[in-house]
Amino acid sequence: MLNDKLIIRGIEFRSRLWVGTGKYKDFEETAKAIEVSGADVVTVAVRRTNIFDKKSENLLDYIDPEKYKILPNTAGCYTMEDALRYARLARETGVSDLIKLEVIGDEKTLFPDACATLKATEILAKEGFIVLPYINDDPVMALRLVDAGAAAVMPLAAPIGSGLGIRNPYNIKIILEQAKVPIVVDAGVGTASDVAVAMELGCDAVLLNTAIAGAKDPISMAEAMKHAVIAGRLAYRAGRIQRKLYATASSPIEGML
Amino acid sequence: MKLKLNGTDSEITDGITVTGLLETLKIEPGRVAVEVNLHIVKKCDYDAHTLKDGDSVEIVNFVGGG
Repeated sequence: MLNDKLIIRGIEFRSRLWVGTGKYKDFEETAKAIEVSGADVVTVAVRRTNIFDKKSENLLDYIDPEKYKILPNTAGCYTMEDALRYARLARETGVSDLIKLEVIGDEKTLFPDACATLKATEILAKEGFIVLPYINDDPVMALRLVDAGAAAVMPLAAPIGSGLGIRNPYNIKIILEQAKVPIVVDAGVGTASDVAVAMELGCDAVLLNTAIAGAKDPISMAEAMKHAVIAGRLAYRAGRIQRKLYATASSPIEGML
Repeated sequence: MKLKLNGTDSEITDGITVTGLLETLKIEPGRVAVEVNLHIVKKCDYDAHTLKDGDSVEIVNFVGGG
């Protein structure tokens, strides 16, 4: 797979698997799972520093920003204003200009608020952020976001943490055909085969968290995901055979007794 | 003087700077972002920015998330 590097706004990525850091038992397990996964993009959330517990550790002591590309998110934000505030704070840490833009529109499904996401994308892109918005599997919205300055578009496979896998592969296919930016499937994958399906469709990367962190054995699942992304990408590049209703023999008729 | 520190009312030495506050709290400035009354304070201004009575200060860092 020579010359098959993912590049977004001049940034070269080593792996097409992007992983979150939430829901792990502790920072050690987080670090181990991420290392095994081979991911080089690691998402993090922006929250108040625990100023009263002097012993509290910093995530970045375990996830070295020199080794990984830190992708801060605006998770938990329900308004455009909040998302802008979190994004600007994230950048001020000095670790990254990347932002995984999430503006949530509904508490139960955690589906994005499309209007607020679009406005926030426009503002943050103008401020020089590399904006990677999380959106529904909506081809029209994907195009609007690209026009607004999104560096890549990240449609969900299914609701965050649901593990349902890609529910609408046809919409993802349309997004891939129409939007001329990298497409990263973000959220909703449950296991390795879901990741392989996303990559076989032609997605540029997959971002996941719960599928690894919530597995019985997160370290083994991290390894499975690493292989799934590679297998799916290779299969996509190789070009799958057409589906047919009837059989075609693999062994020749000629030479039979 | 009184400060609202990450949402909690706190008593801090008068005229402390952002740098001084982070030192008092034993927080490494490289890993955080600081906001005073909803305005971000740039790292290069930590030494010069003096906090005032009643200021609302937010200190954030990265935690696990997806």
